[in-house]
Amino acid sequence: MTFTLRASIVLSLALGCAAVQAKPLVVCTEAAPEGFDIVQYTTAVTADAASEALFDRLVRFNPGTTEIEPALAEHWDISPDGLSYTFYLRKGVKFHSTPWFTPSREMNADDVLWSIQRQHDPKPPWHAQSGRGFPYFEAMEFGKLIARIEKLDSHRVRFVLNQPQAPFLADMAMGFTSIYSAEYAEQLFKAGKQELLNSQPVGTGPFVLQRYAKDAQVRYTSHTDYWDGEPASEKLLFAITTDPNVRIQKLRSGACNIALYPRPFDIPALKADDKLKVLELDSLLTAYVALNARHKPLDDVRVRQAINLAFDKQAYLGAQFGAEGASPAIAPYPSTLLGYNSQLEGWPHDPQRARQLLAEAGHANGISLSIWTRPGGGPTNPNPSLGAQMLQADLAAVGIKTDIRVMEWGELIKRAKNGEHDLAFMGWAGDNGDPDNFLTPNLSCAAAQSGENQAGWCDTEFDQLITQARETTELQQRAALYRQALAIFHEQAPWIPQAHPKQFSAISRDVEGFTLSPMGSNNYAKVKRH
Amino acid sequence: MFAFIARRLGLLIPTFFGVTLLTFALIRMIPGDPVEVMMGERRVDPEMHAQAMERLGLNKPLYAQYFDYIGKLAQGDLGESLRTRTSVWDEFTTLFPATLELSLAALLFAGTLGLIAGVIAALKRGSLFDHGVMGISLAGYSMPIFWWGLLLIMFFSVWLGWTPVSGRIDLLYDIPPVTGFMLIDTLLSDEEGAFVDALRHLILPAIVLGTIPLAVIARMTRSAMLEVLREDYVRTARAKGLSPARVVFVHGLRNALIPVLTVFGLQVGALLAGAVLTETIFSWPGIGKWLIESIGARDYPVVQNGILLIACLVILVNFVVDILYGLANPRIRHQR
Amino acid sequence: MTTQATLDPSLFYPSPLKEFWQAFAHNKGAVAGLAFMILLVICALFAPWIAPHDPSEQYREFLLTPPAWLEGGQLQFLLGTDEVGRDLLSRLIHGARLSLLIGLASVLMSLIPGILLGLVAGFFPRLLGPSIMRLMDIMLALPSLLLAVAIVAILGPGLINTIFAIAIVSLPSYVRLTRAAVMGELNRDYVTAARLAGASLPRLMFITVLPNCMAPLIVQATLSFSSAILDAAALGFLGLGVQPPTPEWGTMLASARDYIERAWWVVSLPGLTILLSVLAINLMGDGLRDALDPKLKNAQ
Repeated sequence: MTFTLRASIVLSLALGCAAVQAKPLVVCTEAAPEGFDIVQYTTAVTADAASEALFDRLVRFNPGTTEIEPALAEHWDISPDGLSYTFYLRKGVKFHSTPWFTPSREMNADDVLWSIQRQHDPKPPWHAQSGRGFPYFEAMEFGKLIARIEKLDSHRVRFVLNQPQAPFLADMAMGFTSIYSAEYAEQLFKAGKQELLNSQPVGTGPFVLQRYAKDAQVRYTSHTDYWDGEPASEKLLFAITTDPNVRIQKLRSGACNIALYPRPFDIPALKADDKLKVLELDSLLTAYVALNARHKPLDDVRVRQAINLAFDKQAYLGAQFGAEGASPAIAPYPSTLLGYNSQLEGWPHDPQRARQLLAEAGHANGISLSIWTRPGGGPTNPNPSLGAQMLQADLAAVGIKTDIRVMEWGELIKRAKNGEHDLAFMGWAGDNGDPDNFLTPNLSCAAAQSGENQAGWCDTEFDQLITQARETTELQQRAALYRQALAIFHEQAPWIPQAHPKQFSAISRDVEGFTLSPMGSNNYAKVKRH
Repeated sequence: MFAFIARRLGLLIPTFFGVTLLTFALIRMIPGDPVEVMMGERRVDPEMHAQAMERLGLNKPLYAQYFDYIGKLAQGDLGESLRTRTSVWDEFTTLFPATLELSLAALLFAGTLGLIAGVIAALKRGSLFDHGVMGISLAGYSMPIFWWGLLLIMFFSVWLGWTPVSGRIDLLYDIPPVTGFMLIDTLLSDEEGAFVDALRHLILPAIVLGTIPLAVIARMTRSAMLEVLREDYVRTARAKGLSPARVVFVHGLRNALIPVLTVFGLQVGALLAGAVLTETIFSWPGIGKWLIESIGARDYPVVQNGILLIACLVILVNFVVDILYGLANPRIRHQR
Repeated sequence: MTTQATLDPSLFYPSPLKEFWQAFAHNKGAVAGLAFMILLVICALFAPWIAPHDPSEQYREFLLTPPAWLEGGQLQFLLGTDEVGRDLLSRLIHGARLSLLIGLASVLMSLIPGILLGLVAGFFPRLLGPSIMRLMDIMLALPSLLLAVAIVAILGPGLINTIFAIAIVSLPSYVRLTRAAVMGELNRDYVTAARLAGASLPRLMFITVLPNCMAPLIVQATLSFSSAILDAAALGFLGLGVQPPTPEWGTMLASARDYIERAWWVVSLPGLTILLSVLAINLMGDGLRDALDPKLKNAQ
């Protein structure tokens, strides 16, 4: 009794102390940012805790949506053939003044050129400086897409493409197109300290890096000359907290104000807590099981359909994501995106029909398959071992024997690419809200060839439809093409589409102005505590 | 004596090379490579993959990679992390103080409590206290510490709210890293209350990590003490009429400490293994967590050199213990 | 009475087994440990008959049911259910099989090669011995858990590989122990006598010397039996252990960790079971040490 009393006094003293200072914003993140030369990295936490805080792009997503709005470019022209984009840069944008760099000029076309050319042009020195290459730039095939970048004058830049690309503007809002300071790069180069770009960053963004304590915290102070108005919080701190339970416990104890990625099944308890608020968003995530159509008997569409029929989606969603953590998936992408085919109905849970189909396919005596999954949970698969065991039980009920193999994610994707699996739990996080971003990388024939299409499923009609849609800029036409493609996907059942998990974050009541980004890159410029 | 030390030192050289070879081989035998892990859910095409491997110097034959590695090691270059592109040495030196601080706190907790409990148990041999200490210490020795940690967090942090849930310090305190030891850095900074806060963060993890050493030290102290109390010189001291406290602490404990110290030395390896689990549970930014994550990410330089550094530390501590033991006990010095 | 007096007087001497049991039974903790172990072994052997449910049967309408004595508990699930509605008691009972199997197999897999290597190292002190000992030094220099994690990462997670990793990690202590014991025995008169009598090397190794080194090895084996269970659980906790849906205690604990705030029993009970089993084995180990080797009685 007395002890609790004393503890609470200590606690209130600590809180009292904090109240005297300006209120800093503390965000509990799930991992550490890998570095601050953000174009080298791909994780969501690097996007949150580095790219969004430090840098700006030419365009940005309207917070909480996938709509594009002006950022460092005030407006832009697109040529009628869709091949040339001219960006008109904002004037008076200031770079960070830090102990390691004092800018002598404002942001201009040179900075844009430097930032993109560095990734595009293999000429040393800056291209080679990234020992890891530029994974996003390369994965988005920007090297092949961009023919050249021209500086028209100090505030006009033109991108010339090799082929029309409908999602190009959305791509330009992604982290890897962040604008760096060319002047700072030159300073580092002259001093022979290029590697400092990764630990002492300079950007135009809302926050200036103060200090990073590895695996513990990232500290930012606000960029008072920020072009979009002074950031609402003077201090932005990221507490690196890997365990989701701990993030919630810290939020409850007031050690952080925003807890990212709570487990979906904790949501009801969080909503019941009146000191907290829960934000939710239909995100661009798809959880699915790829059925390897290269393997017998999965090459038979009846077997694939039978597996879909055997799967108890309702129970799976309930156990994995809780009552409201996800919506059931029917197609490769969520219904909010262009060209979703709302006439499709998900495969029902019908073990009887599944058995029948298996019998028709000549497998009345059952088959045995392997299920591959990974050890650690993530947004598309909060508890992989639980999920795999539920699928196993469902399949056992229709006479399909399975054997679960848990392997490290790196090994899993490598071997899945070689097509060694039968069923593999996979997930996809859309980057830019374009349907093509879901279909081409995962289900095209080219991807089947390279193995990235883990279903190894190549349907020429489907492939033609999505190729045609990618090259069409007219929205109605595109949508119609996608609707046809999705119908084929559904009938052919190369996946068990499982869920579109919702994205959650829990915040304390005094946090204002925070919106979740569907792309998983949250911006804290307008967030504050009152 | 010199010959003894020289001989022991000579033995360290092949061990050192063996460790480099073993870690080099182990990490490369793990399936999957760093480039794929780097790409995460985004997958790479073979051409890009080959390019990336070349950039990282991973396309050379294995023996060439090994000789590169040893050559760099000879120049004191530990390479840089494939994941974060920072030098392994820098990462190690920022994270190691956290692990060391935690380990020292754990040893301090285990050492003081273990010594006291062990001495009293030995003096009151056969009493209820003795049986209690032995029973509890055996339970401590049998403890799955990851479970123990979760339990303590649930009880003290979540239910009672006495201690913070995880981390080294509340983020509201802005502590510039000087020594890397949070307790010292908080004292150096002018933030009020930061030291107490750091201490409160340290308590639970130190108890969890100290549990097994505590059990071992308590048992060891008790048996060493019992042995010593039977020795002639203790009986003589008693017979001379020295105060019981003087007998116990000056004559008894001092001699009982020698075997206890050896156990202390041997616990260093076990402590580092325990640190892996403790750091995972308490989100403690130390080397245990760092190495496990690096194995997962196939971050070759970090795993190779991180484990090498730890191995060197273990070898060094054992070496020092060996020498001390040799100093204390001439019989060992002359044995092979 | 009278007839007994006429019997061979050696019968009055307690048989070694009886003597052993008396020494063992003197230690009450050891007896308690033994009793728990017997219970565990019975559970392991007869799991399918004892367990009330199939350990992999998912009762999906009973997710995370609390233990029977709590509010909302069900009598059919005595210790409650886990996150997919499997009966926890049945999983714990079946888990005993796994844990005992892992312990036993990994002890054997490190004991036998460990003894062989230790004998060789002891009998050939010139070249072979030191090189074996250097190899063991190298393995000892790496923190055991990290080494085990690396081995499992190489071999892939699974029951056999877990056993293998734990066996490799605990190998050096057997080699060192055997070698030290062998070196101690080699100078004894009986060994010299056997040598002079022309005993072959294998005979010398396995028949003359080895039986006299067994006491510390048996004690070490019980100790590493318990630490094998702990290590397997730790690997399971790090997500690298036995594959689902096999009910291994550490893996159960790890996958239940997410539910700790909502359902304490899914985390507490497997942990408690691990603790009790390891404790029982350690208590037995203490008793064995007292009984087998009075010299070691007071050593740790």
